Amino acid sequence: MSTPVVQARGIVKRYGHVTAIDHSDFELRKGEILAVIGDNGAGKSSIVKAICGATVPDEGEILIEGKPVRFTSPIQARDMGIEIVYQNLALSPALSIADNMFTGREIRKQGWMGKYLRMLDKPAMEDFAREKLTELGLMTVQSIKQPVETLSGGQRQGVAVARAAAFATKFIIMDEPTAALGVKESRKVLELIQDVRARGIPIILISHNMPHVFEVADRIHVHRLGKRLCTIDPKDYTMSDAVAFMTGAKEPPSEHAA
Amino acid sequence: MSETTKPGHKGQDYEQTLDRSDARVAAFDRGQHSPLERVQHVLHNNPTLVPVIVLLVSLAVFGLIAGGKFFSAFNLSLILQQVSIIGILAAAQSLIILTAGIDLSVAAIMVLMSVIMGNLAVFAGVPTGISIVIGLIGGVAAGGMNGWLITKVKLPPFITTLGTWSIFYALLLWLSGAQSIRGQDIDANAPFLKIFGASFNIGGARITLSALLMIAVFLVLWYMLNKTAWGRHVYAIGDDKEAAQLSGIRTDRTLLSVYGLAGLVCALAGWASIGRVGSISPQSFYEGNLDSITAVVIGGISLFGGRGSILGALFGALIVGVFRSGLRLSGVDVLWQVFAIGWLIIIAVAIDQWIRRVSA
Repeated sequence: MSTPVVQARGIVKRYGHVTAIDHSDFELRKGEILAVIGDNGAGKSSIVKAICGATVPDEGEILIEGKPVRFTSPIQARDMGIEIVYQNLALSPALSIADNMFTGREIRKQGWMGKYLRMLDKPAMEDFAREKLTELGLMTVQSIKQPVETLSGGQRQGVAVARAAAFATKFIIMDEPTAALGVKESRKVLELIQDVRARGIPIILISHNMPHVFEVADRIHVHRLGKRLCTIDPKDYTMSDAVAFMTGAKEPPSEHAA
Repeated sequence: MSETTKPGHKGQDYEQTLDRSDARVAAFDRGQHSPLERVQHVLHNNPTLVPVIVLLVSLAVFGLIAGGKFFSAFNLSLILQQVSIIGILAAAQSLIILTAGIDLSVAAIMVLMSVIMGNLAVFAGVPTGISIVIGLIGGVAAGGMNGWLITKVKLPPFITTLGTWSIFYALLLWLSGAQSIRGQDIDANAPFLKIFGASFNIGGARITLSALLMIAVFLVLWYMLNKTAWGRHVYAIGDDKEAAQLSGIRTDRTLLSVYGLAGLVCALAGWASIGRVGSISPQSFYEGNLDSITAVVIGGISLFGGRGSILGALFGALIVGVFRSGLRLSGVDVLWQVFAIGWLIIIAVAIDQWIRRVSA
């Protein structure tokens, strides 16, 4: 088997007396959608935060494509090509779609205008944003300068996913991407997720929505009481099995199930 | 990737009817809007339009009421000259308000730095150029102190600058001994301090350098805010600080630079004020903090941050100047000038709220 994209072993994170992550393992393989499920407070956000640098684990090691890393901020993870789609999307409502796609990594003009006057190359950024959104079948062409606040919830999610897909080279983390969306918009986002996988970028999908998880995930990481309980193949188990594992109603299969 | 291209069953049972649903995702609403809604939309996209219209209308109205003496080149250039110092302060204030902050200490920083420049150049015998540079650096330090308290100690901007207002004011009273530095002393020892009071005539208009400085400050800041990544970050922080941080902006660093730059602009205003007033008075511009906020608000910059153009503050300052001049030339008592400015503020904020309610 080839080297996993992410491999974490024995991760521990304590906050005072609370152990948020208790010697947990984590593995993301090439080209897959890995769903992370767990009860509220099981620590699924914590383990993902440890991987993307939002929190620094107390113990354990994280390998990305086989190389050990130690991120102290999400910006470092981002510089390595790891993108995160936050639940609140992290978009600036009054700025345009193009501005939002490039926040924190703007393109400057060539030559002295960019070098000394630090002038932004807005046409280049708009073209790029338009291209990326069109690739994902998301946008009509003339709308790239629209402020994000004039978009619907699903469209905003689309912009956030497109931003991640445009810049991710290693993998994308998505935190509850369908939680705030209606039926039709959720469907669109699920298609987007599969589109992104088809481009070869693996995805970590944190979700509470079992039907969505079972539909798109290649493997499911079940988190319980601060650690990985098991990973299962959604084809071998039912949704009620998964819920039983994550709530402790049923004993998990052995670690090698998937 | 649309559902209709795939014959096989996908998704959940309850989603079967989606095949027949509207597949457009980012379609524009091309329906009919009432004229008022369209106005609201245009204003939402061009927030500076309101102050520009108000400025033009008030120029026209006062031109009709007060007649030729209002519309003379001399009077119009006088307005420009009168608003120049508050205008520069309003530019600094705009930067802060765009980040959803507020700075009650701008005028205190300005006067403190003019006192420092004056003391050094007039009494301590420091070369004027060096005194000015020290004053400008002092402005950066004072603004930086505000920024440090807000980003590192994590105090709300209102409280921070309420405190530093008193601190800077006490310092300037101490440094000046509550005494003005007289114009003659400045002329004798450091005439260069008054450079921004210099003026030239063009067809009856008397243009002072301080008015030109104000316009230059606005143009430079407009460029920085609209054409550089730093400017986009300032807007993003004012819009939603947490989102800005998550999307990779170093928010504390940007905020610190905003407060430092605002301090520098205040110090520049301090230098310009020496030429404008002709002397250095610790008691001057005591209401400058609030006047600068007035100009920003009338200029259509949202107090909630992230919205509005810095040029709006320039128009806001000019509107205040036009109202004062127009009402005075129409023979209206000063108290009614204050009354009118009060209503302008309230109407400006009401319009801002209305524009924000725009729907897609």
